[in-house]
Amino acid sequence: MEYVIEMLNIRKEFSGFVANDNITLQLKQGEIHALLGENGAGKSTLMNVLFGLYQPEEGEIKVKGETVKITDPNVANELGIGMVHQHFMLVDTFTVTENIILGKETTKGGFIDIKTAEEEVRKISERYGLAVDPQAKVANISVGMQQRVEILKTLYRGADILIFDEPTAVLTPQEIKELIQIFKTLIKEGKSIILITHKLKEIMEVCDRVTVIRKGKGIGTVNVSETNPTELASLMVGRDVVFKTEKTEANPAHEVLQVENLNVKDARGVQAIKNLNLSVRAGEIVGIAGVDGNGQTELIEAITGLRKAESGRVKINGKNVLNFSPRKVTETGLGHIPQDRHKHGLVLNYSVGENMVLQTYYQKPYSKSGVMNFKKIYDKARALIQEFDVRTPSEYTPARALSGGNQQKAIIGREVDRNPDILIAAQPTRGLDVGAIEFIHKRLIEQRDNGKAVLLVSFELDEIMNVSDRIAVIYEGEIVAIVDPKETTEQELGLLMAGSKKKEVGENANV
Amino acid sequence: MQMSSRMKNLLTPVIAVLLGVLVGTIIMIVSGYDAIAAYTALWNGAFGDVYFVGEVVRQVTPYILAGLAVAFAFKTGLFNIGVEGQMLVGWVAAVWVGVSFDLPRIIHLPLAVLAAGVAGALWAFIPGYLKARFRVHEVIVTIMLNHTALYVTNEIIRSVLSDGKERTDMIAESASLRSPFFEVLTDYSRMHWGITIAIICAIIMWFILEKTTTGFELRAVGFNEHASQYAGMNVKRNIILSMVISGVFAGLAGAMEGLGTFGYAAVKGGFTGVGFDGIAVALLGGNTAIGVILAAILFGGLKVGALNMPLEAGVPNELVDIIIALIIIFVASSYIIRWFIDRISKKGVK
Repeated sequence: MEYVIEMLNIRKEFSGFVANDNITLQLKQGEIHALLGENGAGKSTLMNVLFGLYQPEEGEIKVKGETVKITDPNVANELGIGMVHQHFMLVDTFTVTENIILGKETTKGGFIDIKTAEEEVRKISERYGLAVDPQAKVANISVGMQQRVEILKTLYRGADILIFDEPTAVLTPQEIKELIQIFKTLIKEGKSIILITHKLKEIMEVCDRVTVIRKGKGIGTVNVSETNPTELASLMVGRDVVFKTEKTEANPAHEVLQVENLNVKDARGVQAIKNLNLSVRAGEIVGIAGVDGNGQTELIEAITGLRKAESGRVKINGKNVLNFSPRKVTETGLGHIPQDRHKHGLVLNYSVGENMVLQTYYQKPYSKSGVMNFKKIYDKARALIQEFDVRTPSEYTPARALSGGNQQKAIIGREVDRNPDILIAAQPTRGLDVGAIEFIHKRLIEQRDNGKAVLLVSFELDEIMNVSDRIAVIYEGEIVAIVDPKETTEQELGLLMAGSKKKEVGENANV
Repeated sequence: MQMSSRMKNLLTPVIAVLLGVLVGTIIMIVSGYDAIAAYTALWNGAFGDVYFVGEVVRQVTPYILAGLAVAFAFKTGLFNIGVEGQMLVGWVAAVWVGVSFDLPRIIHLPLAVLAAGVAGALWAFIPGYLKARFRVHEVIVTIMLNHTALYVTNEIIRSVLSDGKERTDMIAESASLRSPFFEVLTDYSRMHWGITIAIICAIIMWFILEKTTTGFELRAVGFNEHASQYAGMNVKRNIILSMVISGVFAGLAGAMEGLGTFGYAAVKGGFTGVGFDGIAVALLGGNTAIGVILAAILFGGLKVGALNMPLEAGVPNELVDIIIALIIIFVASSYIIRWFIDRISKKGVK
């Protein structure tokens, strides 16, 4: 009995649309098995079938050699299958222990026996090296810790097979390292893991085997030791993918964006940006590298007018726009691809077409003396959808209905189309698959080649190294170094981002 | 055949109404009343005679405006519970202008109507401003302002508009919405010109929300403040503007009563209920202009027709209040109805 889980020839349809077509996935005892596919390829559907949320039309599921019918998640739990969701299912105001026992409370005489439960949670936590405080409130612990609580939840329920849905999407590089360590401990303790992801690097680093699905079809399973990222990417996308985005030497001209002695406080009133200086020239991409929470958000918000700055100057084409309203800043020639596309980038209930004119609706030809011209708006939307390959049933579809990658393409289409002198891209490829990432990187470089300035903020070092012409490292609200991506290494950047080389570089950094 | 969402939106309130009537019937049968006679009386009391039709239209008029007020705010993400209060100040403002001046009709009537709109707008400006400036929730402020409006208007009627009396004088003929034409047409009901104002307002609401840049901004702010701010819209200004426009509709609803139905303002022991019924009208009408008109006709018909039930069928007219309440419950639980529709239309596929 080699396999702990076998999903054989699974087929799942949704009113005519085939989400899973003849997919086979076999999980060996003690392995980390990656499930790789683009956004919308059917990974989540397949896992939901395994977790009992969907019933397959065809196919067979075997657990430890025996054919089973998983009718709902409780059955999955009993079979030892646990799932760590991408979006955590935790009650913020409850403690860690309360969250873990929720639905499976230990009771004593009709009352919840929190002491015993805490002890149990502490024991499991120590055994797997999770270092979770059972008494902490979920609202007060970091995202990485919350994920560990989710892991604990499945272990507490006796799971032997853990499914992780895009676990690294929300984590910082440091937390990812720790998670990988946790994976190893779990395997050592006899668990088996299915890892849903589209990050090839992670697969190469931690997985034993990988099953690839594309557009709902099973492409096959390969041993990680016998493959490479390029092969995996082409298996996943169905064509060759270029990782190293092709680009020519930058030809920087005049300074478009100048940030001088900027000071910004964050929402809690803490100094988030300290005397920051930065400039971006026409025809270059400046990448801001840094660990999340070092002032990137505040910097962008201050530049774009979304947050009031304490002091300093932000100049666009020589004109000071500090503390102008967002509209005035936009009109000065700034485009902004926001970090959170659901919160800032889109009105999800508006159609794709309406979202395309979110900043320009009051201008001709989209409106005239206050009356909207929807014909012109949707004409424009159609053109942008075509040009930026936004996959949507129509321009009238609500933005909510689009996949993350297509929402992002819509935003990028909108921002690039306004042809701003300075384009700020904050985490433009977060959560997207390689195909979409490639597309977006190309667009950013194209913008640069057209003589525009681009400021890229990203927590992904690969992205920064790949796309930028200059890298500015931000640490605790200051630019601590400016480096050339051709001369630096990930190691050096990592040290700079951690603040360890701050002094020596900081003093002679030519900002 | 998959049912379009538009069809579903239309079907949900219709089913809610039918369910309300059905459960109402059961209640009548259980209580020992003749349901068929009751519904016949209800129908006759609403549409059995031109007089009743005129009365229904009169009742529908403020319902439309109150419904528009709630729907407009709702479409922009605000919950205006204060329509009742805004209506009361509108009522008194209109009567105030109506009794204080003697002007040609072409000036006097528009002026009185305008005064009602402005008064409602000012009353709604308060919660709008507090929400925009201090993030105070509009529901709490509007509820409290309803009571404030009730007692403030009562005091104005007693000490400013009369000498300690319970009601004002009749407004000048030149400020009245009364229509001899409609009165003759409907066998001397109290139907007045206000219905034209209500319908024009419905068209205006649709136009503002769906066709103008202002509406585009208002709805965007209602859906997502952050994205609206990012896009350069003035979120605070839009919140206030939304409440003010909503308040204009509510104030005009008061003008319908003050200049049309009654022709005066009287001290009130409690709320008229029209403002609160407006919430139900907006809810049933799906917060759309045309939906509000249709829902107002239904509720107006039920209210007026109910008065005939004790006379003709010996059924207490409170039963209609029960039916209205049931309809609202079913609309509010439209999720259940949608679930049913989904199941039925899915079965149809197989």
